[in-house]
Amino acid sequence: HKSRQAFVGQLNAAVSEFRDAEDEEFWERIEEILISSDVGVNTTAKLVAELEQRALERNITSGRELRELMVDITARMLEGDVSLDLSHRPSVILMVGVNGTGKTTTIGKLARYLPGEVMFAAADTFRAAAIEQLQLWGERTGAPVIARERGADAAAVVYDAVDAARREGTDVLIIDTAGRLHTKVNLMAELEKVRRVIERQMPGAPHEVLLTVDATTGQNGLRQARLFKESVGVTGVVLTKLDGTARGGIALAIADEVGVPIKLISVGEKVEDLHPFDARQFAEALFGEL
Amino acid sequence: MFDTLSERLNTALDGVRGSGTLTEDQVKKVTREIRLALLEADVNYGVVKEFVSNVRERATGAEVSKALSPGQQVVKIVNEELARLMGGSAHKLSFASRPPTVVMLAGLNGHGKTTAAGKLALFVRKLGKQPFMVACDTYRPAAVEQLQQIGREINVPVYAEGVEPAPEEIAERGIRAARDGGYDFVIIDTAGRQVVDLEMMEELKRVRKAARPHSVLLVLDVVTGQNAVEVAQAFQEYADFDGMILTKLDGDARGGAALSVVSVTGRPIKFASEGEKMSEFDYFYPDRMAGRILGMGDVLTLIEKA
Ligand SMILES: Nc1nc2c(ncn2[C@@H]2O[C@H](COP(=O)(O)OP(=O)(O)OP(=O)(O)O)[C@@H](O)[C@H]2O)c(=O)[nH]1
Ligand SMILES: Nc1nc2c(ncn2[C@@H]2O[C@H](COP(=O)(O)OP(=O)(O)OP(=O)(O)O)[C@@H](O)[C@H]2O)c(=O)[nH]1
Ligand SMILES: [Mg+2]
Ligand SMILES: [Mg+2]
Repeated sequence: HKSRQAFVGQLNAAVSEFRDAEDEEFWERIEEILISSDVGVNTTAKLVAELEQRALERNITSGRELRELMVDITARMLEGDVSLDLSHRPSVILMVGVNGTGKTTTIGKLARYLPGEVMFAAADTFRAAAIEQLQLWGERTGAPVIARERGADAAAVVYDAVDAARREGTDVLIIDTAGRLHTKVNLMAELEKVRRVIERQMPGAPHEVLLTVDATTGQNGLRQARLFKESVGVTGVVLTKLDGTARGGIALAIADEVGVPIKLISVGEKVEDLHPFDARQFAEALFGEL
Repeated sequence: MFDTLSERLNTALDGVRGSGTLTEDQVKKVTREIRLALLEADVNYGVVKEFVSNVRERATGAEVSKALSPGQQVVKIVNEELARLMGGSAHKLSFASRPPTVVMLAGLNGHGKTTAAGKLALFVRKLGKQPFMVACDTYRPAAVEQLQQIGREINVPVYAEGVEPAPEEIAERGIRAARDGGYDFVIIDTAGRQVVDLEMMEELKRVRKAARPHSVLLVLDVVTGQNAVEVAQAFQEYADFDGMILTKLDGDARGGAALSVVSVTGRPIKFASEGEKMSEFDYFYPDRMAGRILGMGDVLTLIEKA
């Protein structure tokens, strides 16, 4: 709360340090860019405070240099380990997230993105045609899909899949799960159970738990990341739908406030639209108009 | 951390008690808190600016009644302004004078269109209509199967031609099939799209032209952040929607996007989707949204009593 209240004050203080009118506009633009990109009030305040301090230390006065510094600070905040742990056989990736954020599509793309043999597990047994959707991605990419009928126990599908992946010497097993809101206690408990089944069957697995976050998400993204992290231990975020108009600033808040690194970005519905996250490029894009 | 606007305002106005009017300084503190609360609820930056200036005008020199603390007085003003913006009462469905009534759904990827198609079908059947759905998403893998499975679940026919024909042709033939079959309420499911994809936006325009819908509904996820306005304006331009379906209201998102979009496009939210079950769907009651955005349920009842 304190940082929030201090926010406007800091901004004003900073503005008075840089006397000319150009700078005042600069600070307003910074705030507008960050808030309008869904970075959120807290992380924006933090960024601005740091920018102010470093700008004073270095005696920076031009808008251009300030921009450089801002990109620097932002990129630093976002930098994290983007690699995926693929050192096991099979390496197990559990895909989680709220409804409609892009889990199944990302899995499809991962088959192309990752080296080696990839297998899918259709553990979303709940949503209409979720299994068929994953099977189509399997056909597209050549990945075998382990599935049961709709309504089957998700944990049972996962059990089958780990078994099959081991038997066949598959390099990577990716598990699709049903979308669920982080607020639904029962559904989150079911996900924890899925995780436990994997752990029991293969100690050390899952090696990655990836959370899909839709770039159009506002401040609720923070709660999504916090609660999924608490319940299933998220190792990285996949920021999806960055091909739209949203700049995905919520990712910055998640990296900063929840401490989960962004690992991948998704920029479309096609198989080739998945890329490793590049902190610097993301920061540059954020301040592109500055 | 303050969860509700009223807590924030009470702290900002700490020590101000009794009657009289709010001073300029107090109003300044208050508007700062309102601004932060709205931004945290995902209300669009530009919309917040305008909203706060309206509230400031009303709060300056406002009478503080004996029954309400100054903080409550401001909450009351904020709430009234919000309710005014959102539109007071629910918008009921209207039907075409010459059936079938055709409703087309549009929106961003994954916001809940296909689910909403099924829900709306079930909803209108309870109103005595004969619903019929048309599968015009030829892009997303298994989108057609998804609508068909939903249709089977609620026992509503689905017209589908697979993924080869152009969506506008499927729409046209689907509506004809519905009319021939004696159905009087047709729901057209379309593919999710991003507004920067102009080819897809043009396609939506063609589907609209072919279907000549009685109503176009924009399906919007309540978690949507700051870009809701840009998205809605683009859908307004290409699909000219006349109302919205707000989805995933069963979560804990504040839903400032709803306020942003209504305020910028002037189009009301007509339906609320709150769950994955087909029955979790109803008319949208705008007055409930103000409390949600500001997180102030109980304070409102307090004010209503005063
Ligand atoms: N434009 C765009 N669309 C995407 C992207 N990623 C996924 N989508 C689309 O978003 C919609 C939902 O994607 P899914 O992969 O089904 O999402 P999900 O998280 O598996 O959804 P549920 O299983 O229902 O919770 C589909 O229309 C996808 O094609 C992306 O990066 N860009
Ligand atoms: N919790 C919750 N989930 C919902 C709601 N509405 C839809 N969903 C879920 O959100 C996900 C996406 O829903 P769809 O109906 O497939 O969304 P869509 O807009 O048709 O997606 P595309 O066609 O891919 O653009 C699914 O997992 C649905 O079950 C809702 O009100 N609450
Ligand atoms: Mg899925
Ligand atoms: Mg759909």
